[in-house]
Amino acid sequence: MSNRYNQMFTKLKEQKQGAFVPFVTIGDPNLATSLDIIKGLIDGGADALELGIPYSDPIADGPTIQKANIRALEAKVTPKDCFELIKQVREYNADIPIGLLLYSNLIFAKGLDSFYGLCADVGIDSVLVADVPARESAPFKQMAEKHEIDAIFIAPPNGSEKSLKQIAEKGSGYTYLLSRAGVTGTETVANMPIETVIAALNTYNAPPALLGFGISQPEHVKAAIESGAAGAISGSAVVKLIEKNLDNPAAMVAQITEFVRVMKAATQTD
Amino acid sequence: MTQKLDAYFGEFGGMFVPELLVPALEQLEQEFIAAQNDPAFKEEFESLLKEYAGRPTPLTLTRNFSPNPLAKIYLKREDLLHGGAHKTNQVLGQALLTKRMGKSRVIAETGAGQHGVATALACALLGLKCRIYMGAKDCERQQPNVFRMKLMGAEVIPVDAGSGTLKDAVNEALRDWSATYEDSHYLLGTAAGPHPFPTLVREFQKMIGIEAKEQIVQAEGKLPDYVVACVGGGSNAIGMFADFIDEKDVKLVGVEPGGHGLSTLKHGATICKGTKGILHGAVTYIMQDDDGQIEESYSVSAGLDYPAVGPQHAYLHATGRAQYVAATDEQALDAFQTLCRCEGIIPALESSHALAHALEIAKAATEETVIVVNLSGRGDKDLAHVHRVLEQGGHYE
Repeated sequence: MSNRYNQMFTKLKEQKQGAFVPFVTIGDPNLATSLDIIKGLIDGGADALELGIPYSDPIADGPTIQKANIRALEAKVTPKDCFELIKQVREYNADIPIGLLLYSNLIFAKGLDSFYGLCADVGIDSVLVADVPARESAPFKQMAEKHEIDAIFIAPPNGSEKSLKQIAEKGSGYTYLLSRAGVTGTETVANMPIETVIAALNTYNAPPALLGFGISQPEHVKAAIESGAAGAISGSAVVKLIEKNLDNPAAMVAQITEFVRVMKAATQTD
Repeated sequence: MTQKLDAYFGEFGGMFVPELLVPALEQLEQEFIAAQNDPAFKEEFESLLKEYAGRPTPLTLTRNFSPNPLAKIYLKREDLLHGGAHKTNQVLGQALLTKRMGKSRVIAETGAGQHGVATALACALLGLKCRIYMGAKDCERQQPNVFRMKLMGAEVIPVDAGSGTLKDAVNEALRDWSATYEDSHYLLGTAAGPHPFPTLVREFQKMIGIEAKEQIVQAEGKLPDYVVACVGGGSNAIGMFADFIDEKDVKLVGVEPGGHGLSTLKHGATICKGTKGILHGAVTYIMQDDDGQIEESYSVSAGLDYPAVGPQHAYLHATGRAQYVAATDEQALDAFQTLCRCEGIIPALESSHALAHALEIAKAATEETVIVVNLSGRGDKDLAHVHRVLEQGGHYE
């Protein structure tokens, strides 16, 4: 495994900060602008990146990220383009943890071994497969391990003690903690508190939990960290800034960078 | 958890859904197992099938449809079932399971609208709240069914995303379910999707084949040579095949939608032309490009217009136990008209694909051959659409 997540969490702990992790779909609205956006995320102070590969049938995503997928696919962005772009992001910043968040068929089509191999080649640290739950994860995790990629698992708010234990044992890097049921989006805000799930994850020594789904305001980030999460992930709120500024890429990047700065500021705990 | 069902058919199937939906699917699996072992559940299901839906359905020997005196073509008359198609069978089963789980709301996807209609009627009967997701394009193609659903109290949500067909309706239903599983059951309409649906839907449809087997043995004194059914997601076909799978001398043939032809891009023949992949929760044959992006399927019949197929069909194909072929739009439309004229039966466009292939088998027969076709639904819903297509295509004779 790369050590980037560990280094990040260690450093943040020293600085008494939580992690702020923005998500965007690669290639939204097109490849060139997408690279500027992702550099903007880093410039704004993102602690790690969560990046999506556009897919035709994103069943875990709400309307905002669905549209991001459609924009990227309409711009003819392929998985190959996405790996090229990530390589450039890795050249731009050698230390930031980069996570992929995508759907299983994109991995299956490429072949699991080659896919995770490509991830390692371009400097990806983790892969979260939105539609592969722990019970189906064995072949994916095996290839992730072979190529030293962290396999990220989702801890759902409805998870039984048994399933949380399984998730804690299988995951590495970080744990994606769901703030609520449903799909991604700011339509439904994060539903805290999540202390009981975090307590269970801690009992089983799960990797640090990042809270996602419905995180769009600095207060959500603050509340997530106060509830015991190691940080927060925000996707749809960032993607909305892309959607809002489609005719003005410069303003888009500037607003996204500023959004990340404000969200990151909310991770300071004292 | 004590007992569990196998989530896989060979290498096909599985439960590829967000972690969030796993508890809901595992609850469904447990409740299904419990219900199967509960005589009271079985009794209620069977009584609804008999007294409400009209089972058993007849097996009709066609008088004029077969083009070859050596070939006898029998029709399993699911078109006579309440609701107009085989869909009603399994919907009653799942609606009873919904009540058993203490859930009050049902969501479902529909393509042709037959599953939506069946779901709406079962929900009306059993007092469940009902929301149907239907591709916007399908709402257009199947207006009468939209009206039927609404009449029976269902809320119909047109889905604009993607291709505006069945696949997108499934996506939307899954999204709804991931927020509402506490009080809602996703009443999936075919023997596809994540475990346990392929197994559960087969078990709630297999009376089709059980009855047909008894009826054909009664009529012919032996098993048929061929059992033929159309395959979109594959519920009528798996219901028809299930009880014949162990009868090795019976040839099982699934007929996929060939659209404009398998050499074109406009078809929905996932087994004939698709590749292995993961869609809607299962490893199966799907229509996709080299990157794994799902391609749009096409068929004149909305009910077969789906870029994946039930995993058990994928397995029956891979093991060679069943054969999968395609019938084009044109062949299906021809068979549709032939059955109308020869037998006074208006078949669903979906079932017309099976009829088209039965005609091919019959034509090729050089010895006495008995063919049983699952006439999975009636064609009332297709009248306006067929009328339009025939006027445009000049198929009027």
